[in-house]
Amino acid sequence: MVRTDGVEVFFFSSRSGNTARFVDRLDHPAHRIPDVETPTDKPQGPFVLICPTYADGEGRGAVPKPVIRFLNNPETREKLVGVIGSGNRNFGATYALAGRIISQKCNVPLLYSFELAGTETDVIRTRDGLRRLETELCSTVT
Amino acid sequence: MNEMTGLKPVTIPRAINWNRLDDEKDLEVWNRLTVNFWLPEKVPLSNDIQSWATLTEREKELTIRVFTGLTLLDTIQNSVGAPALMPDAITPHEEAVLTNIAFMEAVHARSYSSIFSTLCSTKEIDEAFRWSEENPHLQAKARAILETYAPGNDPLKRKIASVFLESFLFYSGFYLPMYWSSRAKLTNTADLIRLIIRDEAVHGYYIGYKFQRGYEKLDETAQQELKDYAFGLMFELYGIENQYTEELYDEIGLTEDVKVFLHYNANKALQNLGFEALFPPEVSEVNPAILAALSPDSENHDFFSGSGSSYVIGKAVATEDEDWDF
Repeated sequence: MVRTDGVEVFFFSSRSGNTARFVDRLDHPAHRIPDVETPTDKPQGPFVLICPTYADGEGRGAVPKPVIRFLNNPETREKLVGVIGSGNRNFGATYALAGRIISQKCNVPLLYSFELAGTETDVIRTRDGLRRLETELCSTVT
Repeated sequence: MNEMTGLKPVTIPRAINWNRLDDEKDLEVWNRLTVNFWLPEKVPLSNDIQSWATLTEREKELTIRVFTGLTLLDTIQNSVGAPALMPDAITPHEEAVLTNIAFMEAVHARSYSSIFSTLCSTKEIDEAFRWSEENPHLQAKARAILETYAPGNDPLKRKIASVFLESFLFYSGFYLPMYWSSRAKLTNTADLIRLIIRDEAVHGYYIGYKFQRGYEKLDETAQQELKDYAFGLMFELYGIENQYTEELYDEIGLTEDVKVFLHYNANKALQNLGFEALFPPEVSEVNPAILAALSPDSENHDFFSGSGSSYVIGKAVATEDEDWDF
């Protein structure tokens, strides 16, 4: 059964806290994926994943290990409706690479990309985008 | 007192053990920096000789001056900045990471001389180094940072200055090779500069991270005092950068575009420290050509910022777990 009354946000943020600061400003129900493996909150309905990038110069290691573990659960993956990648443009071609990788691997749309803790514009676009996404999902699921 | 020697007992010298970490971030950043290691010889700079010849004399002079200014900042960070952070290190691994940062700054400073020896005459090079010693704005920013690095200063204030150098002060200079690259000029030089930019991003991130660890231990009053100091220093440096930018870029008509780039990078420097942005979005929207030059091939068409695109649920293709063994 697919819940259609809302889309939750799951996110990963290391101790540098950029992604957590972005999510704080979204004003949207959100769960943090922990660093170390614990029985984490499992998504109950459709959710959007927000994931920072940790790639080296060749793009290796872009998706943080805790996020890989989280998505390795098929039931979790099934509920993923889209991904938002973050990073730093200073890393060149690997900017926000984690978002693109997850989008391809899980076959979900890349919804948005932003740098570090995001700008005001990024927060507004994401907040509006999540709302729009909820509406569209409601109208496509009968 | 030790009765035998009359010396005060000292801390036991300890060997660094990378198998016992106090902070996982130290190893993560060490790995990132060592994997990203490079030398200027890796970049075929001589392929830019023809392109260099298409620049006007003024454009050449501007480019050499900009690179000399960057050399000065790298020199400071190599010989004073990163070493000044070492006594403040909380973990031995942090100290080791700082030695890598210090060395890479020397590689960066060395790189500009590789560009010069490939493209310019000795006379042009000497003239630019003389200019760098005499330019009041360049000297002012160097001094402002060096004062903060002085022995006995607050360790967290040093980290603020260091993050501002790594994540803000370089960018009035980095703008120019990105601009040339967006016009298909000096593209190999731009490749080298992108390697420097990538390193500086890790440095700013890491030093900012260590700043946040110290900052979170302070009481509210001390935090406010430090935050005021950070924004005050940013205003001071921004004032200098504005003048430096005008003096360099007015003639070529790029000053306003560079200033937007300064705002954008000042905001990112503050975010590295865990603080909020200073400049509002309307003055920080960087020219898309410069953004594309910074992160080529990374453009994506995303759903939230795209217009008229509609959400399409992909086919449910199961992802095999082994796909995730990166």
